[in-house]
Amino acid sequence: MTTTTTTTATATARAGVEVRLEQLRRTYGSVTALDGLDLVLRPGEMVALLGPSGCGKTTALRLLAGLEDADGGRVVVGGQDVTRLPTNKRGMGMVFQAYSLFPHMTALQNVAFGLRLRKVSDRERTRRAGEVLELVGLSAQADRYAHQMSGGQQQRVALARALAIQPTVLLLDEPLSALDAKVRAQLRDEIRRVQLEVGTTTLFVTHDQEEALAIADRVGVMNAGRLEQLAPPTDVYHRPSSSFVAEFVGLSTKLPATVAGGRADVLGVSLPLVDAAAPPGPARAVVRPEAVGLAAAGPGETGPLVGTVVATSFLGAVSRVTVDLGPAGQALAQLPTSDVGGFAVGSRALVTLRPDAVVVLPPA
Amino acid sequence: MSADAAPAVAPPVPAAPPAPAVAGLRRRATRRRTVVRVVLLVLFGTFFAVPLLALVEFSTRGAGGIGGSRSLTGWAQIADYPDLVGAIVASLELAVLTSVVSLALLVPTMVWIRLRVPQLSRLVEFLCLLPLTIPAIVLVVGWAPIYLWINYLTPRAYQASPLALTFAYVVLVLPYSYRTIDAGLAAIDVRTLSEAARSLGASWATVLLRVIAPNIGPALLNAAVLSVALVLGEFTVASLLNYVNVQVAMNNLSQQNSNVAYAVATASLAAVFLLLFLLSLAGRRRRTRGSSA
Repeated sequence: MTTTTTTTATATARAGVEVRLEQLRRTYGSVTALDGLDLVLRPGEMVALLGPSGCGKTTALRLLAGLEDADGGRVVVGGQDVTRLPTNKRGMGMVFQAYSLFPHMTALQNVAFGLRLRKVSDRERTRRAGEVLELVGLSAQADRYAHQMSGGQQQRVALARALAIQPTVLLLDEPLSALDAKVRAQLRDEIRRVQLEVGTTTLFVTHDQEEALAIADRVGVMNAGRLEQLAPPTDVYHRPSSSFVAEFVGLSTKLPATVAGGRADVLGVSLPLVDAAAPPGPARAVVRPEAVGLAAAGPGETGPLVGTVVATSFLGAVSRVTVDLGPAGQALAQLPTSDVGGFAVGSRALVTLRPDAVVVLPPA
Repeated sequence: MSADAAPAVAPPVPAAPPAPAVAGLRRRATRRRTVVRVVLLVLFGTFFAVPLLALVEFSTRGAGGIGGSRSLTGWAQIADYPDLVGAIVASLELAVLTSVVSLALLVPTMVWIRLRVPQLSRLVEFLCLLPLTIPAIVLVVGWAPIYLWINYLTPRAYQASPLALTFAYVVLVLPYSYRTIDAGLAAIDVRTLSEAARSLGASWATVLLRVIAPNIGPALLNAAVLSVALVLGEFTVASLLNYVNVQVAMNNLSQQNSNVAYAVATASLAAVFLLLFLLSLAGRRRRTRGSSA
């Protein structure tokens, strides 16, 4: 199996190319979808574009694919300006959010469609389509039609179809959003495995933060048609470059803080700063739930970090507990479920903060 | 609830009828439905069959009137009227041409509108349905000057060719073809399929022929069937524009030899039924193959 997979990967592999989106602009009537987007994908890397609905991430992908025309800016792929090149001449593979297999063709015929358009001989076409189907683990379903396959299988065939033409760039437009959670997680890992095997430069658009953080080499967070931050997932999560990214990515609690001497005083707890150059004065500290701990509050114990449990959410191995700290707001703690037993709704709890570096935002 | 609260009393439930009684009721209802179906079938069957049988009876009537002998002379004489044979051929050609032209005109237009200018879909729908609301005589009044020009610009040898009616018939079949194709396109995700094909390197022609058309096959077939049925039965426009199609030829012939005219009418009806049956059979086979594959 290992030998086969290696052979397949070699047969399909293609050196990734650099992709540059330069000052891309696109408007729909009075709505600005892209407002001078600059984005560079390094050869062979996978970049996930993340952002709220309407932030322009899908528009960026569609402009790169040539499915829409830019009002301004350039799309450069492998050093070649393809801004005015029609979609069918760009040689990019795309997997769509909606199931897009051609219903009148089998899985194998779907995968071979692009090769047929490239006038690849029958024998070679069947061989290559079979190889790519094997790469996504669907050789046994080669003769099935779309309606005979599950959603996950259809998306895997769509991935195989996009890879079969050995695309310059692989474009994934929320390909997992129509699938249930378990299949989504499996297919997410599979997409990453296949992408690493073939080495194609890939742009992955998603609104699912977990998906973006788990799969990509770098994550681009978009807001109002612009890129707020493009960085490795850990940096986006732990070192957000703007208040938007800090608030958008992951769950967090904003607690009142005072910045002084390169540290933040958060309700009496001194914490290091992610950005040592943060301006001194009042601020809001962004504290992740996993950096918040809880302890039982003694009778009559008071203080800015003592509060009342107002909600608990069971998430399986972990649970989240919301503690109302009065004027300071609410703190969200994420604990192992086994540790949550003592914190029923209405009970008193002492919030503890792990001494992680925190991001500070301007006061509300 | 307090401990001394009275226990809840369930409301009285009407006793269910015994099982054999229920079965009897069901049987009676089924029998009643069957009787209604049979009566309706007989009524509608009679409504359609009587004129057809009358046609057959008329076309085979020999000497002696209704109660007299039967004769196939009328049928045998069909070939003796070359104008009639020419009209039949012309009508068949018109049916094919109208179907092809209307599909070639409508499918790309409707796909384009769905993908690029969906805001125009209402306007196009209105325009396509318009011929349904305008009487044929009014359409002819409008077309007459255009056909004068068509005749003027056509080489003399082709001036009387009824194939010129194709333009008029395409307009006549627009409402039916539009509705059918629209339903077919609504059943598939035109945007995603065409974008997927485009991203794989397909030209627009390839998208239409290899991706869209195979997936709206039944709709195309139905549109073609409707076009064929309409063209083969059309009389008013052809007659008023002075072209001879099979209906006009039959009308002319009925003035000279009614037996032959009725034989042709019967034969053309049978041919249309056979054609529609074959087309629907082909559509059904295609659907069965698609779902069982």
